[in-house]
Amino acid sequence: MRILIYISESFKIAFEALRAYKMRSVLTTLGIVIGVTTVITIVALIQGLNKSFANQLSAIGTTTLYIQKFPWIMNDKQFFAFRNRPNLKVEDAERLKSMSKLAVAVAPTLFTGKTTKYKERNLEGTFIVGTTTDYMETSNVIPEFGRFLSESDVNHRRPLCLIGSDVAEKLFPDEDPIGKRITVGGRRFKVIGVAEKKGSMFGQNLDQVIVIPIGIFQTAFGARFRSVDIEVKVARPEELDDAEIELTGIMRRIRGLTSDEEDNFSINKQSQLMETYKSLTSTLWAVAIGVGAISLLVGGIGIMNILLVSVTERTREIGIRKALGARRFDIMMQFLIESLMICAIGVAIGIALAIGVAKFIASTTPLPASITAWVAFLGLGFVLTIGLFFGIYPARKAARLNPIEALRYE
Amino acid sequence: MLIELQSIEKIYEIGTVKVPALKGINVTVDKNEYVAIMGPSGSGKSTLMNIVGCLDTPSNGTYMLNDNNVSDMSDDELAEIRNREIGFVFQTFNLLPRASALHNVELPLIYNGTPATKRRKQAEEALDRVGLGDRMHHKPNELSGGQRQRVAIARALVNDPSIILADEPTGNLDSRTGEEIMEIFEDLHDGGNTIILVTHEEYIAEHSDRIIRLRDGLVERDEAVHER
Ligand SMILES: Nc1ncnc2c1ncn2[C@@H]1O[C@H](COP(=O)(O)OP(=O)(O)OP(=O)(O)O)[C@@H](O)[C@H]1O
Ligand SMILES: [Mg+2]
Repeated sequence: MRILIYISESFKIAFEALRAYKMRSVLTTLGIVIGVTTVITIVALIQGLNKSFANQLSAIGTTTLYIQKFPWIMNDKQFFAFRNRPNLKVEDAERLKSMSKLAVAVAPTLFTGKTTKYKERNLEGTFIVGTTTDYMETSNVIPEFGRFLSESDVNHRRPLCLIGSDVAEKLFPDEDPIGKRITVGGRRFKVIGVAEKKGSMFGQNLDQVIVIPIGIFQTAFGARFRSVDIEVKVARPEELDDAEIELTGIMRRIRGLTSDEEDNFSINKQSQLMETYKSLTSTLWAVAIGVGAISLLVGGIGIMNILLVSVTERTREIGIRKALGARRFDIMMQFLIESLMICAIGVAIGIALAIGVAKFIASTTPLPASITAWVAFLGLGFVLTIGLFFGIYPARKAARLNPIEALRYE
Repeated sequence: MLIELQSIEKIYEIGTVKVPALKGINVTVDKNEYVAIMGPSGSGKSTLMNIVGCLDTPSNGTYMLNDNNVSDMSDDELAEIRNREIGFVFQTFNLLPRASALHNVELPLIYNGTPATKRRKQAEEALDRVGLGDRMHHKPNELSGGQRQRVAIARALVNDPSIILADEPTGNLDSRTGEEIMEIFEDLHDGGNTIILVTHEEYIAEHSDRIIRLRDGLVERDEAVHER
């Protein structure tokens, strides 16, 4: 009961003091405001980045492995070393499919960019994929109209194609594309299907795509001697690691590698990108923490400074209170609560500003910077740590004043 | 015995220089006494009052207040004694400038944990007793010197202390206002309060029952006032 009276009284006293020195109090909180705004904005940005990265990555399935000549992430030195690796071949994909127990779909793929024509319409930079029937599963390219390439289409190298939704819209704005013939890099293909919309990944439009049988791709686009990428799909994400081990074993057998030779191929997967991304954002986190710590330190020192001034200015008041029976604890509470209140004001302004900045970023850039309930906890944490840490010294100083000297203070 | 001072000494040290302000005071004061302390400037009156009021501690000697030895109490214990047993009235009023009269009077009650409604009631009663019932919400700078001193007296008596100490309570007031203040003290005394006040003026001291005269940190004379 008694403690409640002290605390409510301390709040009143602190509130009075802040009101009496409005400008000074606001200026004092500036450091805290800047610190809190910076930290919360950076955290919001990181969260936004995380969200957008996760969205981007979703196009790469979590159940698909990519067996390729090169790893997705490598340095220059590795690149020059890996150039000498043997190319992957379409036959490798066939053998993998027959030998692997975990693989549910295996698709060798080749890619290129070509101009596509239909009548007088031209579409530059269409993304041409030469592959097999399994590509429908490994890359989740599902026909919305018509059908996908069948195994016999692929085996007989029929000049057929499945087009992405963007290709369909741009080349056939007011016609049904199914059954029409288009020209891809000078070769003619009959459209047998239109894929569902997929969106984009890392700036690449996944709907501006044309899928053709891999055999034609090799002969038509001179890619007979290029390394193919083999996409392997497993049934469930949990099987991915086992599949990686299994596929490594099979590949090594196909390649006839002895136990002292290193792998001369790479198996890539989505989680690799995720890890790289996380190591990148950890730098951002470090910046956030660094900037935050410095500005909060500066802000805290500002608060301590202003409280010391306040203690000096109010020496007589402290003397009066002590003469009337205030104990050390009472005076200490008074100044600690004042410190916490200054901090709380600073943190509140900082959070408000950060919300504004995040909204601005979200509306002017593609980054979905978002601030959620966690800022409340972060803010409370700031208030308590800074307010108490930097308030304790001035508060103790005030509490220890000798009443008679304080009363005599001019 | 309410107050027992035995060979109280107070030595101020300014750098290496030692200033003896009190050189061995022996005084006892009983309940409901009305004592005036007089003496030339620098004789140690304020020093003595501060010790009696537990604002300061003696360098030597023992001070018994209500049979408790105050000389060796901690800061916080002294604060509680000040809050419970002592009402102090200062020459310069010592009111909180930004707080209303009412809030100023409430202060001692805040520090003994009196709940808000009771606190307010007690403070209002105290202000009524000093005739300031209609000025409760005024700030000190909206009050005259005499009114300020009344607020200070209300604050001193709000907690119903054993002793009211007043160090030159009329020193900053004209003689007419001083008389009004002295009437309040007399009423308090008639109501059973113990009062010790410091003054330079004989006519103020005449209000008391007993005058203690100090000189150079010692009691020069200690005698009852008769002609009343
Ligand atoms: N804080 C202090 N530091 C050093 N010396 C002090 C201090 N306070 C008082 N003194 C000295 O102690 C002596 C007594 O001072 P005190 O204030 O008690 O006198 P006083 O009787 O109240 O005088 P006055 O009538 O002028 O108020 C003086 O010589 C004074 O200089
Ligand atoms: Mg004096």
